[in-house]
Amino acid sequence: MSMLERQFEANVMTTTLDAVVSWARKSALWPMTFGLACCAIEMIASVSSRYDIDRFGAGVFRASPRQSDLMIVAGTVCRKMAPVIRRIYDQMSEPRYVISMGSCATSGNHYNSYSVVQGVDQIVPVDLYIAGCPPRPEALMDGLIKLQEKIQREKVFVK
Amino acid sequence: MVDVGIKLALTLTQIASVMGIVLLTVALLTLLERKVLGWMQDRMGPMEVGPYGILQPVADGLKLFFKEDIIPAGANRIMFSMAPVLSLVPALIGFAVIPFGPTWNVEWFGVEFKPFVISDINIGVLYILAFASIGAYGVILGGWSSNSKYSLLGGLRSAAQLISYELNVGLAIVGVLLLSSSLSMVTITEAQTGGFWRWYAFAPLPFPQFIAFVVFIIASVAETNRTPFDLPEAESELVAGFFTEYSGMRFAFFFLAEYANMILVSCVATVLFFGGWDAPLPFLQFHGSLEHLEWLSGMFWFTVKVYTFLFLFFWLRATLPRLRYDQLMRFGWKVLLPIALGNIVITSIMAYIFS
Repeated sequence: MSMLERQFEANVMTTTLDAVVSWARKSALWPMTFGLACCAIEMIASVSSRYDIDRFGAGVFRASPRQSDLMIVAGTVCRKMAPVIRRIYDQMSEPRYVISMGSCATSGNHYNSYSVVQGVDQIVPVDLYIAGCPPRPEALMDGLIKLQEKIQREKVFVK
Repeated sequence: MVDVGIKLALTLTQIASVMGIVLLTVALLTLLERKVLGWMQDRMGPMEVGPYGILQPVADGLKLFFKEDIIPAGANRIMFSMAPVLSLVPALIGFAVIPFGPTWNVEWFGVEFKPFVISDINIGVLYILAFASIGAYGVILGGWSSNSKYSLLGGLRSAAQLISYELNVGLAIVGVLLLSSSLSMVTITEAQTGGFWRWYAFAPLPFPQFIAFVVFIIASVAETNRTPFDLPEAESELVAGFFTEYSGMRFAFFFLAEYANMILVSCVATVLFFGGWDAPLPFLQFHGSLEHLEWLSGMFWFTVKVYTFLFLFFWLRATLPRLRYDQLMRFGWKVLLPIALGNIVITSIMAYIFS
């Protein structure tokens, strides 16, 4: 790569396959139709007209975990729901990303009780945490853009 | 021998260009649908991926290409991998008989050929109907071979739905076939040239086929599994219906097939009811001293009509909720079927009187 750089005139663009694939992955993050509690309402709001998450290419909500890339854990994770979340995560195809949306999913919030999982990162690996109770759609979008930056830094073929 | 070679090269060039244009249109449609839906829902649609989001289809395609390909344990591997192909290929094959422009006979290198239709066979309409039926196998096999209850239910639903609505598509076309007394797409288009009052949807004598056209469009929305009739992939009931277990490129094939089918159905509606490449008013077509440019205006009008129908598909998706299963069956058998049959009876009587 460094050998090729600046060897051509200005109208030739060099890039790596890594960069292109990461760009494609970050530009087409299809989230899963999956909401647990009140954060889900904010997630729904971020799809609709005032906020429109589709602008970033993340508006295709797929119901099947096989076809989605991004799991937004939106809401309180109960102990009964935990195995289901784990199974859905296992059913997703690689590359898959998880956003923990809101303080309940991140740490259990004030539900410090026998029935609530104290943070979804005890069940699935989380890429990004969004603070807030519930986070506003702007916060979710900020999180999405941060996740996109993270994906762009990823190395796909060269480790 | 040389003739055969040249003929083969010309046909292959035609096939390659038609395939290229259709697949590019499919890519464009995925973006256009999101833009149109965004516009109707007071949103913007894709904006950040490339200027105004024009690179969105590229990003979607690349991502699906590099995504993990899952075959569930217990799935029938051969059927599972064959089903997406079986659903995409019939959708693309149908374009072989669509006339995209004027039906000229051009002689190149001593070989006669028609530049704007790949193959003018005398059973064109039957050919398209036959391959539409084969496309249903892709959906049914994909649902059955996945070894998942949602997929199986989606596949079964689509079997019932496609059988009921294919019948209506076929019967809606019969009126046009009675008037044109031909099954060749080229002959049917030629019979309608000369302005919109000669198109079969509007032609006052013997009988305007507008009702048949409405039946045809409704039935073809059901055939392409588009929104008011998207029961095979009903998200609120069946996760993603028959392709619940498909990921990556195999899922993309089903996706491509759906959009290719939409384009094919729009092309068929254009050719059968709206005069194909014919301009709505005769002076809007290049003629006289500009006759050699007639193909340009012809293809322009064809494209305009096809995109109008495609827009109609998006419009329906943004407007209508999904039907319930029993409503779907009742509508198909008790409403559309009698209308289509009545249209055939009236058309044949009128055609007998006025011919």
